Amino acid sequence: MAIEVRIPTILRNLTDDAKVVEGSGATLDELIADLDSRYPGISERLVADGKLRRFVNIYLNDEDVRFVGGLEAKLSDGDTVTVLPAVAGGSR
Amino acid sequence: MRYDSLLDSLGGTPLVGLPRLSPSPQIRLWAKLEDRNPTGSIKDRAAFFMIEQAEKDGRLSPGCTILEPTSGNTGISLAMVARLRGYRMVCVMPENTSAERKQLLAMWGAEVHFSDAAGGSNEAVRVAKEMAAAHPDWVMLYQYGNPANARAHYETTGPEILADLPEITHFVAGLGTTGTLMGVGRYLREHRPDVRIVAAEPRYGELVYGLRNLDEGFVPELYDESVLTTRFSVPSDAALKRTRELLDKEGIFAGISTGGALHAAMGMARKAEKAGERADIAFVIADAGWKYLSTGAYEGTIEEAEERLDGQLWA
Repeated sequence: MAIEVRIPTILRNLTDDAKVVEGSGATLDELIADLDSRYPGISERLVADGKLRRFVNIYLNDEDVRFVGGLEAKLSDGDTVTVLPAVAGGSR
Repeated sequence: MRYDSLLDSLGGTPLVGLPRLSPSPQIRLWAKLEDRNPTGSIKDRAAFFMIEQAEKDGRLSPGCTILEPTSGNTGISLAMVARLRGYRMVCVMPENTSAERKQLLAMWGAEVHFSDAAGGSNEAVRVAKEMAAAHPDWVMLYQYGNPANARAHYETTGPEILADLPEITHFVAGLGTTGTLMGVGRYLREHRPDVRIVAAEPRYGELVYGLRNLDEGFVPELYDESVLTTRFSVPSDAALKRTRELLDKEGIFAGISTGGALHAAMGMARKAEKAGERADIAFVIADAGWKYLSTGAYEGTIEEAEERLDGQLWA
């Protein structure tokens, strides 16, 4: 099952500079474990104490995973997962 | 309608239907025209409430200096109120914001201090906090953590929307300081427990995130996840496309962040249609498009416009 994962600049040292990698898993947790098997160290940058790190945002098809089950979020073939650092944003 | 002064005319903005973008008579989209505020954006509400509260608390008195990290609208609003009330205004703004915003701030008499483009508003916040520490007599209203920001929307925007649209099922707005979503969201939930509160967060080009360390991110102090039903990340091409659609189909000339909110609103409309539910979806037009003309967002193809926006803070 292929899921497209977009990697932020700050983590590309772990993915040989790849912007987009593929992974598999029925849940986000499984996907991160799968990525960590090929890109060691990525899991601990995203997850701490069994939870998403506070300043890491992960989006499943552009929806914040914190609202669709967090690490338990269900994934399907063809989904896109985007990892981004939390930022303050723009025109405030 | 007659008011004693410009500030008295704050809020009370129209809620207009979008008959051509709404999928069906059962699923309707409504736009809250916040560009119809004194300086042309929703930020006038937060600026006015934050200054009033600081005056009540005795933090601000004539001659004081107000300092704020802002890439535009809040600074413009604060500068206007500050000018009328006799305060000096200093803004810390990322250098990669549009030329119009810089000019408008100068027009209302604000002094602008630029922070590095890389890092966006995070960097502006950091620099402003440093400046505040160096000038203990300056007053930083700090929109990201000031409860008066969310209260402005709890006391004004929320009640206005509910009065105009008692049948509301969804409220959608851009996510920045989170003040609009927190204030309106809490108010609506108290009166319509099943209402869905949806955040549309802008997703910028890589430069903005590039140097962000994952341990040094930023989450506004006002943010309370439990107020939201869900949150979408809207890429710039989708925001641009929707901004143009709003202009083409409904004649509304909005800023680019509004395209992001419309994108999320249309997504909710599609979901309701699939589920066979009725929906009345209100979303916020945060400002009009004037301030973004120089970004090229309204010219050429979406791809060209997206390229021009890359690295800029478009919302």
